[in-house]
Amino acid sequence: MSETTVRRAGNRVFIAAVVLACVWVLLPIYLLLINALSAPAEVTGFPKRFWPSFDLASIRFFLGFKGVTSALWNSVQVAVLTMVMAIGAGAPAGYALARFDFPGKQAFRFMVVMTRAFPLPLLALPLAVLFIRVGLDDTVIGLAFVHTTLALPFAVLITYSLFSGIPYELEEAALTLGCNRVQAFLKVVLPLAAPGIAASAVFAFVVSWNEVFASAVLTIEHRTLTAFLLQSLDVSPLPLKFAGGAALVLPALGFIFAVRKYLFAMWGIANR
Amino acid sequence: MAEIEIKGVGKTFGAFTALHSIDLTIKDQEFVVLLGASGCGKTTLLRIIAGLDSPSKGEVWIGGRRVDTLPPRERGISMVFQNYAVFPHLTVFENIAFGLRMQKLPQAEVTRRVTRTAELMHIEALLKRYSGQLSGGQRQRVAVARALAMEPDVILMDEPLSNLDALLRLEMRAELKGVLAASKTTTIYVTHDQVEAMSLADRIAVMHGGDIIQAERPVEVYRNPAARFVGSFIGNPPMNFLPATAAGEGRWQVAGLTFEGPRVAAPQIEFAIRPEDLHPADHGFEAEVRVVEPLGPHTLITASVAGVVMRAVLDSTLALATGDHITLSPVADRIRWFDLATQKAIA
Amino acid sequence: MPRLLPYLLLLPATAFLCLFFLYPFTLVAIDSLNHDGVWGFENFDRMASHWKFGPTFRNTILLAAVVVPLQLTLALMMASMVTRLKHARGAVLYIFAIPLGISDLAAGLVWLAIFEQSGFLNSALTGLGVIDKPMLFLGYQSKGVIFTAIVLTELWRATAIMMVILVAGMGLIPKEYGEAAEVFGASRWQRFRRVTLPLLKPSLQTALILRVIMAFEVFAVVLALGGTNLPVLMSETYHWQFTMQERGVAAAYAMVILGISVGFTVLILRLLHVPKEARP
Repeated sequence: MSETTVRRAGNRVFIAAVVLACVWVLLPIYLLLINALSAPAEVTGFPKRFWPSFDLASIRFFLGFKGVTSALWNSVQVAVLTMVMAIGAGAPAGYALARFDFPGKQAFRFMVVMTRAFPLPLLALPLAVLFIRVGLDDTVIGLAFVHTTLALPFAVLITYSLFSGIPYELEEAALTLGCNRVQAFLKVVLPLAAPGIAASAVFAFVVSWNEVFASAVLTIEHRTLTAFLLQSLDVSPLPLKFAGGAALVLPALGFIFAVRKYLFAMWGIANR
Repeated sequence: MAEIEIKGVGKTFGAFTALHSIDLTIKDQEFVVLLGASGCGKTTLLRIIAGLDSPSKGEVWIGGRRVDTLPPRERGISMVFQNYAVFPHLTVFENIAFGLRMQKLPQAEVTRRVTRTAELMHIEALLKRYSGQLSGGQRQRVAVARALAMEPDVILMDEPLSNLDALLRLEMRAELKGVLAASKTTTIYVTHDQVEAMSLADRIAVMHGGDIIQAERPVEVYRNPAARFVGSFIGNPPMNFLPATAAGEGRWQVAGLTFEGPRVAAPQIEFAIRPEDLHPADHGFEAEVRVVEPLGPHTLITASVAGVVMRAVLDSTLALATGDHITLSPVADRIRWFDLATQKAIA
Repeated sequence: MPRLLPYLLLLPATAFLCLFFLYPFTLVAIDSLNHDGVWGFENFDRMASHWKFGPTFRNTILLAAVVVPLQLTLALMMASMVTRLKHARGAVLYIFAIPLGISDLAAGLVWLAIFEQSGFLNSALTGLGVIDKPMLFLGYQSKGVIFTAIVLTELWRATAIMMVILVAGMGLIPKEYGEAAEVFGASRWQRFRRVTLPLLKPSLQTALILRVIMAFEVFAVVLALGGTNLPVLMSETYHWQFTMQERGVAAAYAMVILGISVGFTVLILRLLHVPKEARP
């Protein structure tokens, strides 16, 4: 065998491996979607077909089920609040870390990074009691506070890397061209950072949308979708589970697509 | 009228002193170059004049107004940055118009000024492009046009040519000189490149260790360095220095020769001569050639004189080889003397 | 620059972290040491003396011990693939990253569709004639299968995070190092083993810490696939908090999870320590 044949064979093995890995990720999602897009009788029936019948009865059953629409609505509310609070508190901090040197900077960075070494959903336990005392129990905003704590470190780190990537010289140029600090930020930094900030906002949304433990602990009447599904795991029929699963998974496909350029800023930052 | 006065300006960063106490007056329409190695404080001084850093002490006056507490936008300055700072989210047109729009000038005036400065910098064909579609040289031109369009009293330039390649730098240098002279704007220009400084400046302020050592016309700085540092920093190759020992009233012994020198009581002084002021002669320093570097118009030789390394720029027709012995005579009126204790020139 | 500006900008985030991170963790610690107003280790005693604590602890550690190494290998393979790809790199990276956006509960439901009695695994196996009638995979007698299903789900769900961190880390390693090694005669595997892997240590550190902590937090996947048949620390915490209404014991469980999380973080930091002088 010549050198090129060996290389070509190696390339084929490589491509096959890549395809296999893609199938490994995508196939289970496809199977769940088959269930979501089949009639309830097919979902509980046996054997399964490997393509959907595009019967929307399961979806309709799911949406008509008592508590589902309000759970969906609660999930959206909590996620939007989380998004707003995480960016509102995180972006200024990211900007300060990127632009200024000041005493205490290392301590703050340490606290942010340290949150990663802690199982954050456990926060829900003491907060459940605390929230009852201050009247935040079983509220959308109370849960959003906890989810913001989960999303905040990411928001800080992503915006930190974003703002670091925008040369300070640009802001200084704006200052010498007649801007004050706020104008320089609004006219120069914000337009350049906007797509990245949007991505980290989406990421904060995802963190909240997906969170199970704290949601289950902190909500009773006002359940989010994850909390609702978890609560009814033992009792709910299969079509409900799978349609609910699909309702959780489908947005994820869009989320990750929206933030795909910023994936590295989220996690890669920790390499330095 | 925009005279700039810097009075006793100092700057410390924590325990580090970037500027000691700078005094400098820059006349209206003058082109002053702040020249020095990196870390000498030249950029800090420029940023203090711009208002991007604030001085720890001292005052800055522009056009008869004290400005050191004012933000940059109220100082009547504009600036060209080392990495150009051309806004990536705006077209070339909008970049040049940026400052004008901040002043809320009418659209007609904005267009007029942008067009005029763009023509001046030969970038009128690029007005619709974005920074990402420009070469380094083109970005440089946009940055200069943006500063000029403001019609400022003072233009500040922070190593504007340092990121261009050698040929482009030469071209831009000449162009900048023409454009800035025509604009009649007071200019402060920071560079570490002595050739750039010599070619552009009305006056060079040589900086070292947070002080201005000498601020005079380029020829003066070159011919009569006020301090040993200036002689060793400016000129390529730099000045030669040889130790001198006293040999009676105003006479000094240097590498076996006796010279008429300054009548001072300083125990240790140095003899200094520029490499191009050494010529082969029958009588002079006995030198042993170590390295011969033909440079085209001249030949640069490195030689050892009484155990000290000296350089001489000689006629390229001279046939010299490593190990040759040669006698080098200094041009009498080009000899300079420095006090080793104070490092200053002796008049 | 106004001296207070950076602090002003940090204020909201700091206040948030103090109020909703540092303070509640202090409260958990206090709760765990306080039983009906009496200070001491009563809660920990009650937790440890319960018959379920042993299996719970074992299950959690065993899951982490099986999942994490497999996942690290898989993530390294996938990251190498992405790094080596010349075409369609963006598309493949996107596909590989999809599970990053999927919650643990959803992942559990995805794999439930495969493993449940009328699910796709049974359908495929009977279709191929391997078995005649569908088997009960996730019943309480078949803890081994439940365990395997959870491992597969975790592998599917959480490899993406490690993969993205490792791709980012590989991107930071200058190509010249690998090329230099190639010039000196290193094979592809040797280059990976001797150049890429050591230089990847900081990223490996981050990836492992994140992943190991996630492993101790495993919760919804277990509930979705195994119900209460395979208790883990997090599900027991939930159980004590709600079903048993014993907050003190739940807090004690939380402290155990916290303890092993911090312990393993320190361990990983030690094991994969790169001295300052050896950093690029």
